Amino acid sequence: MAHHSHEPQVTVLPPDKEKIKKLWTVAFILGAVTAVEFLIAFTMSHGVAKTALFVILTIVKAAYIVGEFMHLKYEVKVLFWSILIPTLFIIWMLVAFVYEGMTMPVF
Amino acid sequence: MAHSTAATAPGKSVWDGGASPMGASYGKLMMWFFLLSDAFTFSGLLITYGLVRSSHPAFDGLPEAFTFSTEYWPIPEKVFEAVPFLHGYSLPLVFVGIMTFILIMSSVTMVLAVEAGHRMDRKAVEKWMLWTIVGGITFLSCQAWEWTHFIVGTDAPTLVKDFVNGQWITKEVTGANLHINQYGPQPFADFFFFITGFHGFHVFSGVLLNFLIYYNTVTGVYERRGHYEMVEKVGLYWHFVDLVWVFVFTFFYLV
Repeated sequence: MAHHSHEPQVTVLPPDKEKIKKLWTVAFILGAVTAVEFLIAFTMSHGVAKTALFVILTIVKAAYIVGEFMHLKYEVKVLFWSILIPTLFIIWMLVAFVYEGMTMPVF
Repeated sequence: MAHSTAATAPGKSVWDGGASPMGASYGKLMMWFFLLSDAFTFSGLLITYGLVRSSHPAFDGLPEAFTFSTEYWPIPEKVFEAVPFLHGYSLPLVFVGIMTFILIMSSVTMVLAVEAGHRMDRKAVEKWMLWTIVGGITFLSCQAWEWTHFIVGTDAPTLVKDFVNGQWITKEVTGANLHINQYGPQPFADFFFFITGFHGFHVFSGVLLNFLIYYNTVTGVYERRGHYEMVEKVGLYWHFVDLVWVFVFTFFYLV
């Protein structure tokens, strides 16, 4: 590897089979949940139940992406909560906007 | 990932300096907080979409009887039902489904690049970064096609009221832009361009960053540095782009 004398000798470790297998499992779950969403989109009639299901499945996917792919689940707890707690403001934003929308004149 | 919280002298807080209480480097931490702020931006867009959509009447007939009109909000799956090379077939949400799959796959290749970086495996990082870049470019190409289709419109035009030279006229419209829209109320097209455009620009920036990382890997910058943490940081950004798409997919296309 070292073409120049000042380059450090690098030790390449073998692939972590267990970890890689887990990553592919997460990818499979994400794909499967998307497939389920498709199924729901064309079999259920429109309504609150359908929207609620979509929201739940989206949160499941988000949890896998942030927790596993972005590795947040395995970070120090202070970091984990520093990222998670501020997202409560998004819930607040949602409630505030919906309230505002209900009291707003219709377009 | 080094949990340096334990390495403090007795009677001294981890926050007194010399340790990283969050067990992450400055750069990684700042990437996390940037992504948090970006999440607020995207939430702003998506929540406003929900607000405006719910203040418009919905189409109350059977989905089979749906036609485009500016009187009610369109059913998304009736708008996005075209697939390249399959003109004339109604394939609702199939193309967005393919785009979702592409982005999930590129997220996997990114995380594999991060894993290879931890092992100092330069060749593997190069391989997986390249696949990630390919995934990003493929997604952007799909989006370019989708935008073109949305702008050009369907074969049959829709009658839309427009304000021209001081008076209202009714005219036949195909396609949509920020001024006129054949699919439904004007905000529908505006939100389409703003939300998918803002996300698409994130993907574009991500591809540029990924290329930078790939370049630095190939030239051995990270090998000389002794770690591949930059791959991790840009990886966080790339996964976030995938995460946002998951929400856009649900709230713009599915619901």
